[in-house]
Amino acid sequence: MRFYEALGLEPKLALDPDDLKKRFYDRSRQWHPDRFSRGSADEKQKSEEMTSMLNDAFRTLREPVSRAEYFLRESGLELSKDAPPELLEEVFELNMTLEELRGGDESAREQLASAQERFTSMLGEADASLAGLFGRYDETSDKAVLDQIRATLNRRKYISNLLRDVEKELNVHSAN
Amino acid sequence: MSTLQIDFGHAKPRIVGIDLGTTNSLVAVMDLTGPRILSGIVPSVVSVTEFGEVIAGAEAREMLITHPERTVYSVKRLMGRGVGDVQDELKLFPFHIVEGSESVLKLQLGDKVMTPPEVSAYVLRKLKEDAEEVLGADVTQAVITVPAYFNDAQRQATKDAGRIAGLEVLRLVNEPTAAALAYGLDKRKGGLVAVYDLGGGTFDISILRLHDGIFEVLATNGDTHLGGDDIDNLLLNIALEDIHSEWGEDVSGNAGLVQLLRRAVIQAKEALSFAPSATIDLEYGPRKYQREIDVQLFNRLIEPIVERTLGPCRNCIKDAGVTVEQLNEVVMVGGSTRIPLVRSAVERLFRKRPHTELNPDEVVALGAAVQAGILGGEVEDKLLLDVTPLSLGIETMGGLMSKLIHRNSTIPASETELFTTAVDGQTNVLIHVLQGERELVKDCRSLARFDLKDIDPMIAGMARVQVRFLIDANGILNVTAKDLRTGKEHSMDVKPSYGLTDDQVEAMILESYDKAEEDFKERQVREARVEADAILGAIDKAKEDEAYDALAEEEREAIDRSINELRLAYHSDDHILIRDQIEKLNQATMALAEAIMNAAVGKALKGTNINA
Repeated sequence: MRFYEALGLEPKLALDPDDLKKRFYDRSRQWHPDRFSRGSADEKQKSEEMTSMLNDAFRTLREPVSRAEYFLRESGLELSKDAPPELLEEVFELNMTLEELRGGDESAREQLASAQERFTSMLGEADASLAGLFGRYDETSDKAVLDQIRATLNRRKYISNLLRDVEKELNVHSAN
Repeated sequence: MSTLQIDFGHAKPRIVGIDLGTTNSLVAVMDLTGPRILSGIVPSVVSVTEFGEVIAGAEAREMLITHPERTVYSVKRLMGRGVGDVQDELKLFPFHIVEGSESVLKLQLGDKVMTPPEVSAYVLRKLKEDAEEVLGADVTQAVITVPAYFNDAQRQATKDAGRIAGLEVLRLVNEPTAAALAYGLDKRKGGLVAVYDLGGGTFDISILRLHDGIFEVLATNGDTHLGGDDIDNLLLNIALEDIHSEWGEDVSGNAGLVQLLRRAVIQAKEALSFAPSATIDLEYGPRKYQREIDVQLFNRLIEPIVERTLGPCRNCIKDAGVTVEQLNEVVMVGGSTRIPLVRSAVERLFRKRPHTELNPDEVVALGAAVQAGILGGEVEDKLLLDVTPLSLGIETMGGLMSKLIHRNSTIPASETELFTTAVDGQTNVLIHVLQGERELVKDCRSLARFDLKDIDPMIAGMARVQVRFLIDANGILNVTAKDLRTGKEHSMDVKPSYGLTDDQVEAMILESYDKAEEDFKERQVREARVEADAILGAIDKAKEDEAYDALAEEEREAIDRSINELRLAYHSDDHILIRDQIEKLNQATMALAEAIMNAAVGKALKGTNINA
């Protein structure tokens, strides 16, 4: 996986953020175009290629979610776009609440605020379970664990979209 | 022995750092002890004299009042912009746009027509000359600063200005980042720093993480049309309305008076940073206008402007993924940060006292010099990792913008995209490149159209052209295309939406050389004529002296002959001929001059006896 290679790393899902940052800084010092301003055209091109790759790699790997998405993609697994079935009831209720609030029912605001709280804590749970799964996959390279990661990422993405919608709605109405 | 062998010819040429500001510009260089400003502030004003000579800097600023119609200021506001973009500016600034300027604005200055990069090039040339004088060496390479929020076209226009001025622009550096370099905050400790930069015409906010000499920009935001100019215009409008009612006359069309008033307004504005009240004081011939403005009124007036800077600050903090509490330092840059209301607003938002130790007018140029030192290899422990301020994308079906490189990505940043044909036999593909954050193409900034041409005719979808979009370390887009079927580079035509094509810039560089020669020649002719006037006047006077009468007949004839020859040469455009004739006349009058001199000495020796 080229992003890992760019930073001199083995492809692992769990990474030490400080080590990652240090690798990024060290390689930037070595390859940044600033170091080649008086170099040949070839050197300049190489430097631009190396650093743009390095920047891409660091940006992708530093966040656990984008890192796992990259890892899955490179392993030939795409994220699904379907709503996770266990969340369907949750979504149905939320949509009702949103309708009520838009219809002027102020009591819905409280429900929305509690939904916000619930989704935030669900996100936290997803992140914690991802961290555990990362470690397990790195140790075992078990394909089943990778599938679990994929399911968790799907769920997480869906929750974070719901949270975004809720927060948008809360902001719009508190602004009035 | 070895001391004699030091070869100064191999000394590395110095790279200068230039702050090309809306109101003022400065040039600095990196010394052993640190960055150093090379000469005084150069006002970013350009004017065309009656002789057709173009001048820049303090001299040109004086012309704003005497010849406003042939003088331009704040041209940075026009860099990289189209006619449609600047309609609002035209209401406030006395820019004379030439009719028919399409993708590139053209300004009328006296009898000359210039694009904004050409105007800026005159300011850069002045800075280059100043630097060369102080350094005693040619200056050919520079780092130039730009507002962090400048888009691709504005950056490209700045780079073009450098090239037209005869400078190889090794790097464009974002102004707030340059300021962070100048402050050297990394030495004290690592940490998170916000740089708030409110200048003459632009506002930037950047948040950086400093770590062991690395200056990593996490996010940037801003407004490229917000600054001290806007405050000046507010005060100016009030004064113009006052004058209208006091004098019973609308003077807003009197460009010279407006510029004089603008100067008075700026003086009052600057005074208000230190005093509880100040007076706008205008004297125009026999007429006078005075108006006192106190800080309360001033603050009320400028509050909306200060408020407009806070939104971008909040967005920047959010984009950087940090909280206000996590920020260790706030640095103030730009002349407008001297205003107490600006300082208190920043202090309130960031909940800490901002750094104001360095002169806010100089700090950007000093930082540019540090970056020049990094590029020159003199500064090895620092490295700047900057970001692109705006997302880059391409137009897709239905007028939508598809993002390829997101804003706040560390640069250089690149993305590749595969293009193919949609119809059998199609031989070209058009790619429309955009910059901005909005979903719809019409809400984004068009950068350029790339035409992938000469595709071999084949079945739809068979062609495979890989296009690479690279935002380089200057924040400027580079596009290359490769035909994956042949593995060869694929040719394309580039049409920038705003700004000059490469050929146009080349033409301007050539023209500027020609013009420079022309200007230089014109000046030499003028100087030779001044000298001729002086000697002819002196001889007219000498002819009244008794020493002249004492000359031999042929000597007097020789003088008259030389005078006539000089008068003939005088009206030629050949300064060498004029100087030759001056020399001949000097020779012919040598005896006369000696005689007059001797007589004068003789009189002086006899001293008081004669005069008594």
